[in-house]
Amino acid sequence: MIPREFDYHAPQSIPDALGLLAQFGDEAKLLAGGHSLLPMMKLRLAEPGHLIDLGRIRELQGIREDGDTLRIGAMTTENQLIWSQLLQDKCPLLVEGARLISDPQVRYKGTIGGDISHGDPANDHPALMLALGASYVLQSASGERVVSADDFFVGMYDTLLQPDEIMTEIRIPAPAQGTGYCYAKLKRKVGDFATAAAAVTLRMQGETVQEVAIALTNVGACALRAREAEDALRGKTLDDAALAEAARLAMSICDPVEDQRGDVEYKTAMAGEMTRRALSTANSRATH
Amino acid sequence: MAKKQTVSFTLNGTQVDVVVEPRELLIHSLREKLQHTGPHIGCETSHCGACTVDIDGMSVKSCTVLTVQCQDAEVLTIEGFEQGGELHALQEGFTQEHGLQCGYCTPGMITRAYRLLKENPSPSEEEIRYWMAGNLCRCTGYQNIVKAVQYAANKLSSASA
Repeated sequence: MIPREFDYHAPQSIPDALGLLAQFGDEAKLLAGGHSLLPMMKLRLAEPGHLIDLGRIRELQGIREDGDTLRIGAMTTENQLIWSQLLQDKCPLLVEGARLISDPQVRYKGTIGGDISHGDPANDHPALMLALGASYVLQSASGERVVSADDFFVGMYDTLLQPDEIMTEIRIPAPAQGTGYCYAKLKRKVGDFATAAAAVTLRMQGETVQEVAIALTNVGACALRAREAEDALRGKTLDDAALAEAARLAMSICDPVEDQRGDVEYKTAMAGEMTRRALSTANSRATH
Repeated sequence: MAKKQTVSFTLNGTQVDVVVEPRELLIHSLREKLQHTGPHIGCETSHCGACTVDIDGMSVKSCTVLTVQCQDAEVLTIEGFEQGGELHALQEGFTQEHGLQCGYCTPGMITRAYRLLKENPSPSEEEIRYWMAGNLCRCTGYQNIVKAVQYAANKLSSASA
């Protein structure tokens, strides 16, 4: 369980890290919290010649409010998300999601940017980001660009992040006061990835759905936005029939891979059930 | 071959230097080069928590950290708990409440519980179970581990009161 040999670099600034990326190109991998990459390197599924550790770049950490936008440094850890009073007040969905990721030790190391840019469909932040309408700042030697979470995930381990780019920041439009939310995650045990999970944000006007976003974890090649289910709910009352129809439409876009967590039919059914539960809980938390 | 480098950090209050290849995992440096065999290798896949150490105020699985990442860090292992012949409240708690059978998970359990109690000095049973969930025990059924952490929490809070 020892990785293949590599050279280790610990840049102190983003320009230094970008310089190393430019120098080593495809041979380099960025190290964030290391709790996906190092296990892959130990199994020799990843064999980078150069490891660029982002852990010493202070400007990549922190959570702040900038007008109506929450700006989160990509190297902010899950534990920092969990204990952030700002997020608890302004974006509790992110806190709820982070609390369900892996286990305490992993959450001290695991980072939001690493979780997102790894492109693993089993990771939880991608669906949370889709439900929150987040965008990502990607920086390279030639400048920076901002891409929306909706566009970022291309396929399994495949994202818009280019080999010469570093994800530096996550931007989340602060949900309006009274927005209901929920991350419903089914997992077999602590530390396991989701069998299926659903992230929901919901704004109600009286008993009518005004706005809703639904995103699914680990039931496709990447996190999925359940747009047909969202469309079916807008303007409707969230009664049992509407919940059942939303769950059915969410299930219709699922294409999970059978593994030890269940077969295709079971995982799809659980994605529907998580959608139903997340909508119900979000409804109970929303201002009506 | 990647060049070896010297990494310096504080281990249980003592400055140490260790010469490693970048690929060396912290648990291997601790056990094989620094003779700190308290942290155990259980799964070596960041699941079991037997290798838990405290780095700069964080509970970390030392099988999933490179030694080179620890330059200038403050590392605490189970060897650093006893002070002047006195057991730490957690060590006493695990003894008094019989929070172990085979003892393999115990160094990781105690090291993790130490950081938990620093962050939350009087956790509820539910909180103990949630925040200790990264450490597996195959003997006890966890009941007495929870009691051991509660014992230590009570002792530490009455000592500081």
